[in-house]
Amino acid sequence: MFRIDRRLIQNFDWITLSIVVLISIIGILTIFSATRQPGAGEAAIASFHIKQTAWLAISILALIIFISFDYIWLARIALPVYVTGLILLFIVLIAGKTGMGAQRWISLGPLSFQPSEFFKLMFIIMLSNYYSFSRESLGGGGLLRVFFFVVFIPFVLLFKQPDLGTAIVILLIFMSVSLAKGLLKKVIIMIVVIGIISLPFIGNIMWTGLKDYQKNRLIAFIEPEVDPSGIGYHINQSKIAIGSGEFLGKGYLKGTQGPFRFLPEKHTDFIFAVFAEEWGFAGSVFLLSLYLLLILRGLDTARKAKDDFGRLLAIGITFMFCIYFFVNIGMTLGIMPVVGIPLPFMSYGGTALLSNYISIGVLINIRTRRFSLFY
Amino acid sequence: MQTEKPETQKIAIASYLVLLGFLIILLRLWQLQLLQGDELRKTSESNRLRIIRVSAPRGIIFDRNGIPLVKNTPYFCASIIPEEFNTDSIPSLAMVLHLPEDQLREKINKKAQSPFTPVRLKEGLSYNEVGYIEARRSDFPGLFVDIEVSREYLYSGIGAHVIGYLGKLTPGQSKDPEFKDVPPDAFIGQWGVEKLYDKSLRGTPGQRIIEVDAIGREIRLLKENPPVKGSDLSLSIDIALQKATEDAFKGKTGALVALKSDTGEILGIVSSPSFDPNSFAKGISSDDWNEIINDKKVPMLNRALQSQYPPGSTFKIITAIAALEEGVSASASITCNGGMSLGSHRFGCWKKEGHNTISLHRALVESCDVYFYNAGRQVGFDKVHDYALMFGLGAETGIGFGKERKGLIPNTEWKRKTRKEPWWPGETLINSIGQGYVATTPVQMAVMINAVSNGGNVYKPSIVKVSEPVLVRKAAVKPETLEIVKDALSGVVNEPGGTGQASKSATVMIGGKTGTAQVVGIRKDSKNLKEAQRDHAWFVAFAPVDKPEIAVSVLVEHGGHGGTAAAPIAKKAIEAYMLPVEKKKDLISVQD
Repeated sequence: MFRIDRRLIQNFDWITLSIVVLISIIGILTIFSATRQPGAGEAAIASFHIKQTAWLAISILALIIFISFDYIWLARIALPVYVTGLILLFIVLIAGKTGMGAQRWISLGPLSFQPSEFFKLMFIIMLSNYYSFSRESLGGGGLLRVFFFVVFIPFVLLFKQPDLGTAIVILLIFMSVSLAKGLLKKVIIMIVVIGIISLPFIGNIMWTGLKDYQKNRLIAFIEPEVDPSGIGYHINQSKIAIGSGEFLGKGYLKGTQGPFRFLPEKHTDFIFAVFAEEWGFAGSVFLLSLYLLLILRGLDTARKAKDDFGRLLAIGITFMFCIYFFVNIGMTLGIMPVVGIPLPFMSYGGTALLSNYISIGVLINIRTRRFSLFY
Repeated sequence: MQTEKPETQKIAIASYLVLLGFLIILLRLWQLQLLQGDELRKTSESNRLRIIRVSAPRGIIFDRNGIPLVKNTPYFCASIIPEEFNTDSIPSLAMVLHLPEDQLREKINKKAQSPFTPVRLKEGLSYNEVGYIEARRSDFPGLFVDIEVSREYLYSGIGAHVIGYLGKLTPGQSKDPEFKDVPPDAFIGQWGVEKLYDKSLRGTPGQRIIEVDAIGREIRLLKENPPVKGSDLSLSIDIALQKATEDAFKGKTGALVALKSDTGEILGIVSSPSFDPNSFAKGISSDDWNEIINDKKVPMLNRALQSQYPPGSTFKIITAIAALEEGVSASASITCNGGMSLGSHRFGCWKKEGHNTISLHRALVESCDVYFYNAGRQVGFDKVHDYALMFGLGAETGIGFGKERKGLIPNTEWKRKTRKEPWWPGETLINSIGQGYVATTPVQMAVMINAVSNGGNVYKPSIVKVSEPVLVRKAAVKPETLEIVKDALSGVVNEPGGTGQASKSATVMIGGKTGTAQVVGIRKDSKNLKEAQRDHAWFVAFAPVDKPEIAVSVLVEHGGHGGTAAAPIAKKAIEAYMLPVEKKKDLISVQD
């Protein structure tokens, strides 16, 4: 199983790996710039970039492990892994650490991690595995069955944490993978009709279920000028940071919005704003193109996958990155509401980096073993 | 290997959707970084750089002898930068500042020009509050303590009408380009010389340009323009004279103006009752303000220039000059038997038993009405009118602060124009003794008596020390005329039977003229009629008689006889002025 084959090396997806490592290095440099404290002297230099570098090393190791075995193995362990993921989510809900008004963390001794980060991949594996049993297009009944058995429970658990961002990502992944799997036309039409009719009700239920800070973010998105010092602050500061970069940027370590602490969450959710301030339009286009390349490469991997499981898995993973990318960048640019979603590979956060590298590992695995004759 | 499958089509569609999304992001990036980039870069600069205004110390106001009249006192204020302030902490901030929460909320939520413009929350913080805020700064990002300077008026009520007070910009002023450099919370002169000389007293505020972090903590100083202190101002006022006369006016309503003989500088200007400018210094409370404006005696009214009264017998000085200039001999005498009949009407002298045979000198000394009825008739009131104007009556003196009233010196033309009536012969009589239509302000009377005593020089009164006096005109009268009149005015105070003997001083020779202006029947529309029907008391004086240095006019509303009510106040003013500077300092250091 762990054969290091000549063909494995030959077919290895160096492009995807290079892109994510390049983005990660840019990320670490940007984290350093964002968290430096001007005027505070050498001693005060924050260690975020060092931690992130350590996490990158661990992540690359994990990536290699997740390439080394045939991804078909994942299908075989899909169910137990998925159930474990659900249990972890449940533990978070009853015993998790609270941060920013939400419980997302589990402590294991000195380490703490966010199970929801890993759950996304577990969920995609489970869903892809389930869909790959049959080649038929899904009917309404089949879709509902999948929804209740695979999607509904984690969605409620995540919504309760509350981790609205991940909950919505789960839902979107479910929809996209279902579409990729193939739905009967009448089912699609039915979903659209039901969706339109029930939108106000669902909206209302969701709204009452939201925490105040979440409601504020939505209000701030619709009307950022309502209270520039309050909830619209993030959006305004982010726009100022990005805009002030102009064409060529202020230069590395010359940005002011981040280090002077005008920009909140500068090294996590708003890392792109810090980057865009220092590197300008030119740098931003370069960075965004890397993401575009990554996504298109992922879709290409799905197209080339040798079986349905691999194809759906690649679609799910790629779409996950795609959502994160567009929502995060859209939020930073002020064209989407502020949802606490990090930018993959750039934002500070060990668990997220590790889980993203594992996902990329799986993606590379699928591409590397795309030829049936591999067996 | 594989034919075009529906999966491949779907992936193609997905790729196009991704490209579309990417394009939208690029467009937005284009908009922010290239179209709005310039503007947003400026915003990011002001985000980082904060310009802190450093208020300039206001110029000090001195009296003519270099005695300071005001002091600058610093006090602490709490302000916030709305951009950085977290509105959730309003309740706890309200407790720290001891302000009602809704009031605080209102101040903070008021849309400022820019979220980076500081909003003043509270002025006059206690030391406890300052300490508390400084210790808990990190709990209230954007909150800071700054220092304002307020004015302390060292002699509280003394000279309030002259010195004035400071106040915040009125809504009208904040639109005036003259005040465009004045920050919205700053105090500027709103009254008296504080207002008149505000621009030079104000100085130029300085700036500190600092780099700050998000909670407004100073990281480093980038540039500093120190403030330029406002220019000091030396008033012409003699604070000793001012205090002595204001003390003498305690409980009385009236006004005093004292001028320096050879320059027209105002040595003292009193309007009683007055107010305490210190109550305005940090913004007046509405209770205090209501008390002031509802006071029936109108303390904010500067009676020295904003009230006009019939001059009564003090006007006889003008009639005397007119008579002498128009050919009446000083030695010519008339007979006063207590009155004079004109047509069917009898015009009485104040002394019912009469003055018997009397000439100009004694007529002034004893203030014989009948003599001046005669004199007026002889030269005609139109002539008297011309001399009155020549000596500065019936026109604004140009004192320069407050709305000055013109007074009124009538003549036949005026009567015909405004009343559409001819001038009645009887009106010549009563106007010649300063009753009837004649009305003057205390400052006009001071200018007049100064000109009479200094050889005919009508000076424009000045509230600040001047090197070059402004001569309005030289009265075209013979020097002998003025000598005769001055001699008589000296007699008023110093001769037996003189009406102004109450102002006779042991230290200095004073000359002057009393006046007792009838209130009843003169201004029928006067609101004071029922309240007090006593006469207004006047005294105009100068000293020393042989070489005058000071001229004074005193008016006491409803004071009764000028010789008893007004003359002693004039004496106090003159004596205080003649004191050596050291003695003056002793006089004012006695604080009540």
